[in-house]
Amino acid sequence: MYEVIAFYLFAISTVVLFAITALSKNVLYAMTALAAGMVIISGFFFLLGADFLGVVQLIVYVGAVMALYAFAMMFFDSTKDVKEKHANPSLVFLLGGLMALVFVVMFSAPIIGENIEALYPAVEGVGNSQAVGMVLFTKYLVPFEVAAVMLLVAMIAGIILAGKKMDYSLTTNDDIPLVDENSRDEILKEKSR
Amino acid sequence: MIGANHYLILSGILFSIGLIGVLRRKNLLMLFFATEIMLNAVNIAFAAIGAFYGDLSGQMFAFFIIAVAASEVAVGLGLLIILYKKHHSLDLDVISTMKG
Repeated sequence: MYEVIAFYLFAISTVVLFAITALSKNVLYAMTALAAGMVIISGFFFLLGADFLGVVQLIVYVGAVMALYAFAMMFFDSTKDVKEKHANPSLVFLLGGLMALVFVVMFSAPIIGENIEALYPAVEGVGNSQAVGMVLFTKYLVPFEVAAVMLLVAMIAGIILAGKKMDYSLTTNDDIPLVDENSRDEILKEKSR
Repeated sequence: MIGANHYLILSGILFSIGLIGVLRRKNLLMLFFATEIMLNAVNIAFAAIGAFYGDLSGQMFAFFIIAVAASEVAVGLGLLIILYKKHHSLDLDVISTMKG
């Protein structure tokens, strides 16, 4: 009973929060809604008995990824609304709706799957973290190590990319001509020519 | 009772929300948010299938997806800062250099 209530509560709140993220004009609102949605998604993982995954979701997504986005947002002006030119908004929703239908059918294909068997069944009598450790360090050891190398490469790439020419301010752009609204329109006009 | 179907349909809906975001966003930072939604939707599907078939592979794939998402954000935000330095804007119409 509690599981049903929790599922529908979490489902409605994630859908609403992610809709805010996808449709909001303000970067700050979008990011806050995304962070809240990530927290609630970890609730799904706890409901499913994947405790370790839920904790990782909280630490990595809500802790690290959202902090990175928050830092990135500080470089850009986040207080004013984002102006986006939509050439054909109804087409986007039509395409999105059609794709939604396809994806719901695709994602729910395992419902009618008959011959699905557990390749690595969960070990009886141990907690979720222990079972995850047993599978991760035996069957998935090589992908685990490759993921470690990938994270190292990503870290170096992030430092190199973001650290270049950090001696002038991004927000004020002192020694670089500012692009204001008029010249932005000029650039757009030139591009459309 | 809540079965695997509920979770799968929910993850399909969330993926579609992310997809609509990717299709309609013109600001690069907002585009990144939409991709994060899609990655999270897939994570729910993996965890649900893994839980209902008693298989831990679903959770493993979700872990690797989280690792990929973390590195994607690190590299992507670095590129974002470079683009902002170059064009002083994150609008895709402004920073696109290909004609057509």
